[in-house]
Amino acid sequence: MKAILSVIGKDKVGIIAKVSGYLQGIGANIEDISQTILQDYFAMIMLVDISRAEIKLDRITESLEKMGKEIGVSIRLQHEDVFHAMHKI
Amino acid sequence: MLSNKEIIETIDMLDNQNLDVRTITLSLSLLDCVGGGAEATCERVYDRIARRAENLVRVGGEIEREYGVPIVNKRVSVTPASLIGASFAAYDKNIYFKLAKTLDKAAKRVGIDFIGGFSALVHKGITEYEDAFLNALPQSIAETDLVCASVNAASTKSGVNMDAVVRLGKTVKELSRLTADRGSIGCAKFVVFANSVEDNPFMAGAYCGIGEGGATVNVGVSGPGVVKAAIEKYKNADLAQLAEVIKRTAFKITRLGQLVCETAAKRLNAGAGVIDLSLAPTPKAGDSVARILEEMGLESVGAHGTTACLALLNDAVKKGGLMAARECGGLSGAFIPVSEDEGMIAAVKRGALTIEKLEAMTCVCSVGLDMVAIPGDTPAETVSAIIADELAIGVVNNKTTAARLIPAHGLKEGAVLEFGGLLGSAPVMPVNRFSPAKFILRGGRIPAPIHSLRN
Repeated sequence: MKAILSVIGKDKVGIIAKVSGYLQGIGANIEDISQTILQDYFAMIMLVDISRAEIKLDRITESLEKMGKEIGVSIRLQHEDVFHAMHKI
Repeated sequence: MLSNKEIIETIDMLDNQNLDVRTITLSLSLLDCVGGGAEATCERVYDRIARRAENLVRVGGEIEREYGVPIVNKRVSVTPASLIGASFAAYDKNIYFKLAKTLDKAAKRVGIDFIGGFSALVHKGITEYEDAFLNALPQSIAETDLVCASVNAASTKSGVNMDAVVRLGKTVKELSRLTADRGSIGCAKFVVFANSVEDNPFMAGAYCGIGEGGATVNVGVSGPGVVKAAIEKYKNADLAQLAEVIKRTAFKITRLGQLVCETAAKRLNAGAGVIDLSLAPTPKAGDSVARILEEMGLESVGAHGTTACLALLNDAVKKGGLMAARECGGLSGAFIPVSEDEGMIAAVKRGALTIEKLEAMTCVCSVGLDMVAIPGDTPAETVSAIIADELAIGVVNNKTTAARLIPAHGLKEGAVLEFGGLLGSAPVMPVNRFSPAKFILRGGRIPAPIHSLRN
């Protein structure tokens, strides 16, 4: 299963390292990564394959949200179907 | 491939514009639970709901987490209870009260927010068992927590059953009195319909129609905040352009509802039913239908022009949603409940929105006079008359209309009823003080309009 991971917040040193380190640890594969700056905000978006991850999406989401809180950014992991449904005909 | 802009747009809708799915409602047929006596029937009803809806809340929660989209309510709707108790009503006077208690117990067991279907269809006549049902309704709703009731008292094919409407005015008053200590909340769980629909996912009027399948997931989408945010970017657009913006937004919201519907249906081993294209507000700031109308250019909702403005909004939401959903149904139109919409509440408080204007607005949207608090001393005949007006609009215009009126026990115009949660708070609105009693008490039936003869 593929999911979209988004990190939105004030730009800080080491966000990508921290998130990708965590993903590597659970066996998730980053297939694409991009980042943009929205006004003062940093938005990083990753396409992640979690089909071979050792833990379930639920738990990954929980850990990422916790990590986001620690760094002071918002981290979400959502099934990619949500975005395809809303934006692709 | 998805663009960053698309991904961020969705996240912005979720974070800042209150995008959610308002309800996943599992519609369950209970007809085959009837038999072997009243007690045995109640047991089978309980078992059916407890077994079939066992995973509804868990599955809803899983979908919320996987998709990152809140699903505000998980509900169950069942076959109209008047039919389930029909064969026992003649010798068991308490059958309907027992059924209500059974539904409440089952709803609590599976952890859902509400259960709908304590309902009867009396648009052409009231049978003996429906008479027993109507007698039991006030106590049944007052003494349960999660059960919602509805009565269909009119249809385009049959006209308005005024004998029923006379009784239902008294039912509303009785519900108000019985739940006076809780802000007359019983009235918030009871709605009177014209042309009620069989696949409605929204409360208080959801029930599983007899033409429905055994188990079906119907979904109600939401998103007034998203629509408002979309049109905020078009300050100088003309109305045709605004309609286009609303259509595009409604499409996206509805696609999300469709995805949730299909996923939930699959995991619950149920049929994927309809998407109800209603814009459903909540009392939260930024989740109001009234504020959309004001963003379109009204100083306050209730001003002259409100009906036209709402007509445009309602139509554009449907046109946008239609292509996004595999199947549309339910009520499908903007909801304009007073207590559940922060902008409506504000408009009533500032004196901009009256019950007469609300009635006009119901001609162009679903669903009717919804969550409208009126003075507690309003006579039952006047309550019936307000219901009759609303049903007449539905019957003549071949659409669903409804009345969910709350005579605020012991309160007068200007007071505020506080319900809390999604039900919000309702300022008590004045009603016309001239009496319709003689007209209402004639009883009988207002015949079906000429255009009901379409065959």
